[in-house]
Amino acid sequence: MKVLMFGWEFPPHILGGLGTASYGLTKGLSAQPDMDITFCLPKPWGDEDQSFLKIIPMDCVPVVWQDVSPGDVTARSGNRMSPELYYEMRNNIYADFRYIHTNSLGGIEFSGRYPDNLYEEINNYSIVAGVVTRQQQFDIIHAHDWLTYPAGIYAKQLSGAPLVIHVHATDFDRSRGKVNPVVYGIEKDGMDHADCIMCVSELTRQTVINQYHQDPNKCFAMHNAVYPLPDRIQQMVDKRRPYSEKKEKVVTFLGRITMQKGPEYFVEAAKLVIERSRNIRFCMAGSGDMMNAMIELVAQKGISHRFHFPGFMKGDAVYEAFRDSDVYVMPSVSEPFGISPLEAMQCGVPSIISKQSGCGEILSKCIKTDYWDIQSMADAIYALCKYESLHNYLSVEGKREVDAITWEKVGVRIRSHYDRLLGK
Amino acid sequence: MKTICLYFEMHQNIHLKRYRFFNIGSDHYYYDDYENERSIVETANNSYIPALNTLIEMADENNGAFKCAISLSGCSIELLETHAPQVIGLLIKLVKTGCCEIVAEPYSHGLASLGSESAFRAEVKHLCEKVEGLFGVKPTVFRNSCSIYSDDIGRIVYEMGFKAMLTEGAKHVLGWKSPHFVYNCTQAPSLKLLLRDNRLSEDISFRFADYNWSEYPLMADKYMDWIAQLPEDEKLVNLFMELCALGIFQPLSSNILDFFKALPGEAKKRDIKFATPSEVCKKMKSVGPINVTDPISWVDEERDLSPWLGNVMQQEAYEKLYSIADRVMVCNDRRLQQDWDYLQATNNFRFMSTKPGAENSYRGIYDTAYDAFTNYMNILGDYITRVNNLYPDLENEEISPLMMTIRNQEDEINRKDREIAHLQKTLELLKGNSKEKTSRTKTKKTPSKS
Repeated sequence: MKVLMFGWEFPPHILGGLGTASYGLTKGLSAQPDMDITFCLPKPWGDEDQSFLKIIPMDCVPVVWQDVSPGDVTARSGNRMSPELYYEMRNNIYADFRYIHTNSLGGIEFSGRYPDNLYEEINNYSIVAGVVTRQQQFDIIHAHDWLTYPAGIYAKQLSGAPLVIHVHATDFDRSRGKVNPVVYGIEKDGMDHADCIMCVSELTRQTVINQYHQDPNKCFAMHNAVYPLPDRIQQMVDKRRPYSEKKEKVVTFLGRITMQKGPEYFVEAAKLVIERSRNIRFCMAGSGDMMNAMIELVAQKGISHRFHFPGFMKGDAVYEAFRDSDVYVMPSVSEPFGISPLEAMQCGVPSIISKQSGCGEILSKCIKTDYWDIQSMADAIYALCKYESLHNYLSVEGKREVDAITWEKVGVRIRSHYDRLLGK
Repeated sequence: MKTICLYFEMHQNIHLKRYRFFNIGSDHYYYDDYENERSIVETANNSYIPALNTLIEMADENNGAFKCAISLSGCSIELLETHAPQVIGLLIKLVKTGCCEIVAEPYSHGLASLGSESAFRAEVKHLCEKVEGLFGVKPTVFRNSCSIYSDDIGRIVYEMGFKAMLTEGAKHVLGWKSPHFVYNCTQAPSLKLLLRDNRLSEDISFRFADYNWSEYPLMADKYMDWIAQLPEDEKLVNLFMELCALGIFQPLSSNILDFFKALPGEAKKRDIKFATPSEVCKKMKSVGPINVTDPISWVDEERDLSPWLGNVMQQEAYEKLYSIADRVMVCNDRRLQQDWDYLQATNNFRFMSTKPGAENSYRGIYDTAYDAFTNYMNILGDYITRVNNLYPDLENEEISPLMMTIRNQEDEINRKDREIAHLQKTLELLKGNSKEKTSRTKTKKTPSKS
């Protein structure tokens, strides 16, 4: 079975959870027999892991005819695209796109990020998708997140293959209910055209059904999973100092400091805990549009001496932060899934998550509170820092629980939906 | 001829309120008054009052042929006295019929039998006094909270003067043996043990109204047939359950009360008798000792301590609680001792259970086991500070030798008391003898004189 996937991010160069989820999902799916995945990315760097799928760099796909030699293709695409594929693509240019600014290969440049002219990039992405769809052979189309929905719809209209869209987040989550009408329009259009909507949690599924008015029979909850930690990181995490030896306990928030993640509730809870304890520190890692406001809020509450902002973290630094933390808190106001508590629990850090987080649906060895219930959150933080047995129990049992959540199981479920759509 | 020994437990715990860590040190009242009143009134109306009325009716109608036993925890007596005193009235009426024996249990319905011997002895004594005050009877049979039993507990119970103890007929302890006999404790051979027949008991308490059960609907004649058909030499059937089974676990709409009313008549037809635990002990001899090194209980499939001490959180809470037992024993602050009774209740530990079957079980006001643990530990933190503040300069290590001396002295005084009593008796006997002798000699002498 051949799948044509449209995505926006892929590790190792990722900006958020979408990339990690795309990687796990495709890798888990590739474990299925007879599964051929082609993944379209706006701007791959060339160092992506292509052992289990084929990546098509959308910025190298020609939409304007250029006379280039095979050597030029290799050189100009940075060895990301083979000349054969390039020439085949070039034979499928379907309209005159010379009004668009193109590069020397006749392709459209993408930033691959979330720039200000995002709508233009989304539009260009679907133009390129037209060429790819004409050239590629596939049975099913799978589009990740709203940025790629227009490309998915176009591919479906061209090929007639069933369209699966994967809802990693909705604008209702990002904006606390005050949606951007353009984004909402794109999302709704994608959902209306989809034959199957995979949502990362039941919570998201309900949003899709109630806010986007979709037929519940075509919406399914498809929870994310995590990959086991690589040995190198596991060894690093194992160097953690035992709980009982640590005089100072560290409570960590890690994520984008934006409205969706509820950072102010974390600060409020920290205030309650710091007032009553002497050995608990708080750390808010990450960056975002509310960061300065949070620094001000912390200062205003008078807890700056125990509340730290180490800034944006990536790679090993994230795991170092987990290693040195005793409690992980995710007070998200609305989280479609939220993979970070799973990563924290993999590192043996007990997590407190808001009941408004999708991952809570598949986790039981963690503490759940309402995001607005700062007293309950403070109480849970205090308990984890004070009572060793609770900490040890959640640390050990939490890791065990997360280790049982694998992408391979998700792959099996996605495959069964594909089979159903293809009438097998 | 077979004998049924029917026993009901009456226990309602005192619910703790939502207590955040920032209340530690400032708020010393730990209870959810609304929930306590609501739950006890609900239990009384749906279960205790109709059930006790039925039992009284059965006692009156059968002219002494129907017998049962009831035990109450101190917490439930207090709750009933405050919120549903009519239940106490019904109990008094039932005891007056002479058909109901009151069985003793620990005042708090807690785990002191495992955690602190002195606290255990004190609270059993407390409950006996309370029961004597209410019903005018002195219990001679004992049942531990949740039927927890081990050889060591048996010994302590025997030393406190009880003749028999009720506990579970746990399969892993009995092995090939049958619960339909009287056994005795290995460490105290004179203490008789009545073991629950868990299948027949739970047929009523758990399965009675279960549509999916293959034996549904259960009728009194069928049930009595089962008992009558037991092997010839198995004479005793112990049916122990919570009184809540009548009306709450099995709703009144399932006609469970009519089932009970029909039992004595059907029993009579098959020559089956009812007896109270102490009557059973008088009539029947023990067939042998039963060896229980690890404690057993009547809860869950495992019949052990796992519902209360199954995970590390429960163990920490338990150890913290009983670490201050000695201090609470020596203090005479009534509020502290009252809190001690309420905090010990096994329900508080049960709420923290993470056993697979416990995921969706009743947790009172709590959402999850972690929530229950956090709340309980916050309260315990405050309580321990209060207790420690009474004797701030004393370390735990210093207290235990002191307690030891007190205990030793107490033992010595008791021994001396017994000796004095014994000596006084002999003295009186001697006096009586000498008087008799003198009178005899007098009578003898008189004829000689004459």
